Formats: sequence, C-alpha cells, structure tokens
Amino acid sequence: MIRLTRTVAVVTVAGAVLAGCAQSEREQAQDGEGGGSGTRDTFTFAASSDPASLDPAFASDGESFRVARQIFEGLVGVEPGTADPAPLLAERWDVSDDGLTYTFDLKQGVTFHDGTPFDADAVCANFERWNGWTGILQSGNLSYYWQKVNGGFASSDEESLDGTGKYQSCAAQDDHTAVITLASPLPEFISALSLPAFAMQSPTALEEHGADDVGGDAGAPVLPDYATAHPTGTGPFVFESWSRGQQVVLRAYPDYWGEQGQVQRIVFPIISDANARRQALQAGDIDGYDLVGPADVAALQDAGFQIVDREPFNVLYLAMNQADPALADLRVRQAIAHAINKEALVAQTLPEGTEIATNFIPPSVAGWSGDVETYDYDPDRAQELLEEAGASDLTIDFNYPTNVSRPYMPTPEQVFQAISADLEDAGITVNAVPEPWAPDYLDRVTGTEDHGLHLLGWTGDYNDTYNFIGVFFGARSVEWGFDDPELFEMIGEARYQTSVEDQVAAYEAANVAIMERLPGVPIAHPVPSLAFSPDVHGYPASPVQDEVYNVITLDD
Amino acid sequence: MLRLVLQRLALLVPTLLGLSVLLFLWVRALPGGPATALLGERATPAEVARVNALYGFDRPLPEQYLTWLGQLLQGNFGVSTRTGTPVLQEFWLRFPATIELTLMALLFAVGVGIPLGYLAARHQGRALDHVTVGVSLLGVTIPVFFLAFLLKWVFAVQLGLLPSAGRLSSSMIATHPTNFYVLDGLLTREWDAAWDALQHLVLPAVALGSIPLAIIARITRASVIEVQNADYVRTARAKGLRPSRLRRRVVLRNAMLPVATTIGLQVGLLLSGAVLTETVFAFNGIGSFLATAIFSLDYAVLQGFILFIAVIYALANLAVDVSYGLIDPRMRAR
Repeated sequence: MIRLTRTVAVVTVAGAVLAGCAQSEREQAQDGEGGGSGTRDTFTFAASSDPASLDPAFASDGESFRVARQIFEGLVGVEPGTADPAPLLAERWDVSDDGLTYTFDLKQGVTFHDGTPFDADAVCANFERWNGWTGILQSGNLSYYWQKVNGGFASSDEESLDGTGKYQSCAAQDDHTAVITLASPLPEFISALSLPAFAMQSPTALEEHGADDVGGDAGAPVLPDYATAHPTGTGPFVFESWSRGQQVVLRAYPDYWGEQGQVQRIVFPIISDANARRQALQAGDIDGYDLVGPADVAALQDAGFQIVDREPFNVLYLAMNQADPALADLRVRQAIAHAINKEALVAQTLPEGTEIATNFIPPSVAGWSGDVETYDYDPDRAQELLEEAGASDLTIDFNYPTNVSRPYMPTPEQVFQAISADLEDAGITVNAVPEPWAPDYLDRVTGTEDHGLHLLGWTGDYNDTYNFIGVFFGARSVEWGFDDPELFEMIGEARYQTSVEDQVAAYEAANVAIMERLPGVPIAHPVPSLAFSPDVHGYPASPVQDEVYNVITLDD
Repeated sequence: MLRLVLQRLALLVPTLLGLSVLLFLWVRALPGGPATALLGERATPAEVARVNALYGFDRPLPEQYLTWLGQLLQGNFGVSTRTGTPVLQEFWLRFPATIELTLMALLFAVGVGIPLGYLAARHQGRALDHVTVGVSLLGVTIPVFFLAFLLKWVFAVQLGLLPSAGRLSSSMIATHPTNFYVLDGLLTREWDAAWDALQHLVLPAVALGSIPLAIIARITRASVIEVQNADYVRTARAKGLRPSRLRRRVVLRNAMLPVATTIGLQVGLLLSGAVLTETVFAFNGIGSFLATAIFSLDYAVLQGFILFIAVIYALANLAVDVSYGLIDPRMRAR
C-alpha cells in the first residue's frame, strides 16, 4: 500500500515535470476596473466553442462574430432587432446613380482601443488590406466573406480570383470622408458591410502585431499574434484575455464614443455540450447561453429562466427535383404542397414560436411578398390534382439527412416523418432514402440528379434577398433540376436595381413567380432561442445576431 | 530492471508505427472531409477542391502518410485545420488539465476502491460485503455521462455546493505558470484559486473514477479472499505471526499484484473516459478537444492526440510493470 502510494507520487512528479516543459500560453489576467466589488458588472455568456479567430476578417463562424461584435464596429450596423442596415461608424452614405461610388461620412471623435484615431485613412487601410491579401490569406477558410462578397483580390495566382473583385479603390477625401469606388455594381454592398468580417480595425495595431503574417508555409495556416491576442477595434469592449478552450474575457473600453452601460466585464466560458450549458445556467454559473434546444425551452421557463427568441433569419424547405419526370408536372408539385400540413408539422417538430413559411425568404428580408400562392393544407385537393395529372399511384423518393441538427432543422428525421405521413394520406407512396448529412446527403442532393424530394435550408448572412433566392434559383442547378431562363433573369435583374423601391418590388415579383412555379415548398422559419437567468434585462436579440452587450442591465 | 524498461521502450517503436498507419487510415475513413466540415453546406466543389489542395488532402494516400511521418520525426505534428494552431501547442495547453483530472479520478478510485474491496473481503458474506459488491456492480454499469449529469444535477443545480462546468470560476483571476491549476494556485500562493480549481475537479473526477473504482474494489476483494485462504498465509498464521502484521505484510502485499495490473489498465479507461467527462463538464483537456476534432474532422489533431495517448498508456503500463518489482521481491531478483 505504502509502496503503491509512492508509485502514484512518482507519476505525479513526472506529470509536473512534463508540465514544466510545457510553455504556458496563458496571459496574465489584469485587474479589471471595478471587478468584483459592489454592483454586478460582469456578464457571463456561454459560448459553444472557441472563436476561430479574434480578427473577424479571418472569421466566418458565429462564435468568432459574437466576440467580434463587442470589440469591433463596422461602417454600417443594423437597426436594433431587425436586419436592416443602419449608420454606425459611417453616419451617412451616398451612392452614385451608377451604383459605383460610395461616399461615407464618418463619425468624428472615435478612437481605436490603442488610441489610433478612426478616420478615412483607417477605412481605406482596411479595404486595401482585404483586397491586397495574397497567397495563403486567399484561402476560403480565412478570407471567406471578402471572397464571397467581393469575388476576388487585387491579384491572385488563382485565375478565378485574380483581379475579379468588385472593389476598385478607396480614397480619403478628407479626414472624415471616405470614397469607395467599385468596378461594377454590388447591390448588397451596404448590407454586407454590417458583417463583423468587414469591421474597422486599427491600422496601427494590424501593423504592429503582424495581422497578415499568417504562418505555416506547409499549407496549413497558423494565425498571427494579432488574431490570437491583440484584436483592436472601436467597440464598447476591449479584449483582455483568451484562454483556449476555456474562456474569452473582455472589459469595458473607458473611451468608448457611445453609451458605455452597466456591463464592465464580459466572460465567455466555452461549454461545447448543450446539456452542460443548460446545467451551468441552472447552477448559476453563467448568465445566459445561445442555441437552446427546443426540448429544454419549456423546462427552463417553468424554472423561472427567461427565453428570448431571435426573429428567424432562415428557411427550411422541401425541394422537388424536376429531373424526376413525375415531379416535372406542376400539378404533382401542387398536390404535394397541398398535402403537407405545415401547421401540424411546425407544432410537432419545430421550436415554439416558429413561423410557417410561404416565401423562400423570411419576412424580415426585403422583398418578402404577402401575395404569393400559399397552397393551403387540403388533402382532397391534393388527390384531385394527382388524378388530373394521372399520377394517382405515385411513388416518390424522399431524401433526408440523418444524425444532423441544423439551426433551421433541429430534427430532420421528425420533419421527414411528419411530411411523409401527410403524403401517404394523400395517396402518395414514399420511398425513404436516409443518408448521413456529410458528404453523402449533401453530395447527392446538391451534386447529382439522383434524388426526388429532399429537405434543406439556409441561414442568411445579412439582409440581402439575393443571399437567399439568388443562391437557390439564380441559375440552373441540379438541386432543383429545372431550367427557367425567365425566372433566372427576373432574379438577376432584381439584384441590380439601383433604387431600393424598385428592387423591393422586383424581388416581390420574383417571389410570386417562384411560388407560381413551385420548385419546392417553403416549410418554416424555425426560431432560434436564447436562455437567460431572471436578473438579465434588455438582451438585444437580433435576427442577424448583431448583439452588443453594453445595453444589457443586470440586477444585483 | 533497467533491461526490462529498455526492452519495453524498444518495443514501443514498432507498436507506434503500426498505430500510426491505422490511425492515418481510420481518420480518413470517417464520413465527410475536413473541407466540407470547414465550408458548410453550400460550398462549391471549387472551394472544396481549393481547401483540399491547401492541406494536401488531394495527394495520393501513401504520399500523405509519408509526408506526415516525415514531419512527425522532425517533431512537427502539423496544424489543426479547425483552430489554425500547431497540434503540439494545443496538446501541451490541454495536457495538464487531463493529467490533473485523471490523477484525481485515479486517486479517488484507488483511495476508495482498495479499502472498500479489502473491507469487503475481510467481512466476506456479511452485509458490508454485499453492499460493496452491489455498489461496484452499479459503478460498472452506470454510463459515465449519466452519472455526470446526475452528479451535476444534485451537487451543482440542486444543492449549489460545487461548480457545474469548467476548471476555474470565471470571476477567479489567477496566474498559470504550469497549467496545472491546483498546483499553480499553490505555487503562486493564490490559495483561493487552488481551492477553486480543486472544487472544479471534484465532480468530474468522481464521474470519471466511478468505473475504475468499481473494478479496483472487485479485484481487490477477490484477490484478498484468494490470498487469505492461501497455504502460506495459513502457515504464517500457524507460526504465530501477529494478525495485524500478517494482514499488512503478507495478505495485503500479495493481494496487491493483480490490483496493480488492474490500476495500470485503468489508465487507458480513464483517458478514453476523459473524452466524455471533459465534454460534459466543459473541462478543457485533451479529451474535450479530441471530441470536437472528431466532429470537425481535424485530421492532424486526431492523429497527433491519439498517438500521444497511446504513448501515455504504454508508459503507464510500463510503470505498473516496474511497480511489480517494488511490490514483489521475486520479480526484482529476476
């Protein structure tokens, strides 16, 4: 027994020695102003993973953006609680008639966290940085949004990216006026600028901490010092520390230009397991968390916790592949639409508060139309239509993914079961084709013609109609299996309307046209929920997750 | 003894080489690919191809393997595709947490398991024995994640006695020279931080240690019962050895051999159990990192971390073999 203890002791010492060799990455935490004493000023919000990068220009994931929204601000923000663009660091902007020149009047008296003044030169430095990225920085998992929105870089080894971008130049007309010139119109430019990926960063800090010195020549990028320890923006919170896998800590920026608010310290503990997040809230270890499981909502509410719903910014749809001869018949597609009881489906399988979809875009996106054909639940009508089409004994493949949960589709198997039961009721024989989400399912429905009905969806990035229907119906694709130049043109033309009213009208017309053609059935806009302890007030829930914590108040 | 150690270490080389091949093939047999995991559902084939080319996943498999092996020999374990940080750095950052947790769990399992098994053997057939056998049966059969949630529900949510997740309270501002949080608190004389870190260890260690505890208790009980009835014990008793001395020097020492083997085997169980326990308790160790790496198909991390775990497991068992010598003089002589 005694000897055994000695063995254990030897192992312990060995472990300690090993750890001594390991270099501590942890930053020494500084004392936050007012930390600990008196009124409550720390807001603790569980994150589901580490941020991919503290430099939002290199990020495209929700957890990176959640942190970035506190530290950084863009030229354009959004109206609270909506997805509509609103002034932020730019107080106003003018767009030339040809849609190529954007003049931004900048907010005055703003400084970055390192004391660098925010001015037109800083704006241009940021745009030039994004456009001037070369080599490894052009990889899709680093500069995802710049590539997606702009379409290219100043120069590139890759032909499809070489000088193909829409951004042309940026000039500082004076200290507080930045003029950006595009090579060809980019209608979603202003909306896209509200993404944290295009937030303004301190040119001095970018330079000092080598923001673009992404290492790893072997082909795997290693993030630089700036993106792991020195993010520097103009937002209400300053970066304090990031202990990988553990937590990210921010503290209030005393020289913030806007309202500082009650919260002086934000802690994002990283808790990857959804049940562990719930228990941490119940135990009082955290003040709130995101992505509450639909099954937990009622229980948390009963226990006195607050559930805050975001306005949905997504769509779940049932696609009907017209490469299948039966589905090429509009009457069959209409029959399927009439056969589905969306209300029952939403009530049974999706989170409470979920809206039934009639368009392929959520109502908060410009161009949503109330005049579309809605194909209300009517099994008798469905059977009539099938008879008319001579398809009374229709058998159809139904592809659905297994073991996956997407924000717009928490439980695909349940959705499949509800829809296929409805279809069977209308006399359609369903041939179930379940497949693992990636790569089998995705490859099949988006890459091959061999599929019938399938479930898929999309969560929007920013308020842009094209980001939804352009992605779905902007061109011929094997996902939908139809070729309709008229519709493609309608959507394409709507995208390049220069006046907002014309554009909204054109998109509304496009949505009506889509629902006449009925390539698929929009099912629902599932609502994402957050949970908070009872003493958190004023959480600024936003459909595009533009949630900055300086407006939150906490009870003692 | 030294020869034994060297022999075993030499044997480790072909073992690890074989394991590296299996690992390499296994991660690539997982459904999906890192590119799909990184880019999401509307990635174009061109984007996927570009990411694959970037990481070299488009090269022939033998070439990929040899490249990886070549890097390994230079001490380069590659870079995580998910975090963009070298695998080695990620490992050393989290390794202390896992060691801290497994040691606590082992301490709990050994510290409670051996006395429990010993007492059960001494009271064989009586109430205490039945209770021990029952409890240890329960310990082996309850899934770790269920026990974890149960423990949290009782001690964190209902009673509020212990923290539910993490390694340190977020209000605790402490320095971490070694990343062993309890040790750090002691070294820097931040007693409150050490105490806080220790509290965070209790529930995960109990959850993780429950199965090893049950196994150790059962083996100890069986082993002690066997030795108690052995001829040499009867002889020693007949020769008039004092009962307390008999129990300590003869029975316990002889009964400990199979127990030591069992403890060595538990290290593997603890390390694999850490994947689940760490995830459930948001305990930032190699286990929880491995779990996320599986979902994001982070090849470099999966390969590197599992190799490390294999080495630790091998070394732990080597330590057990060496401990035989300490327990049993006959082994030492050999």
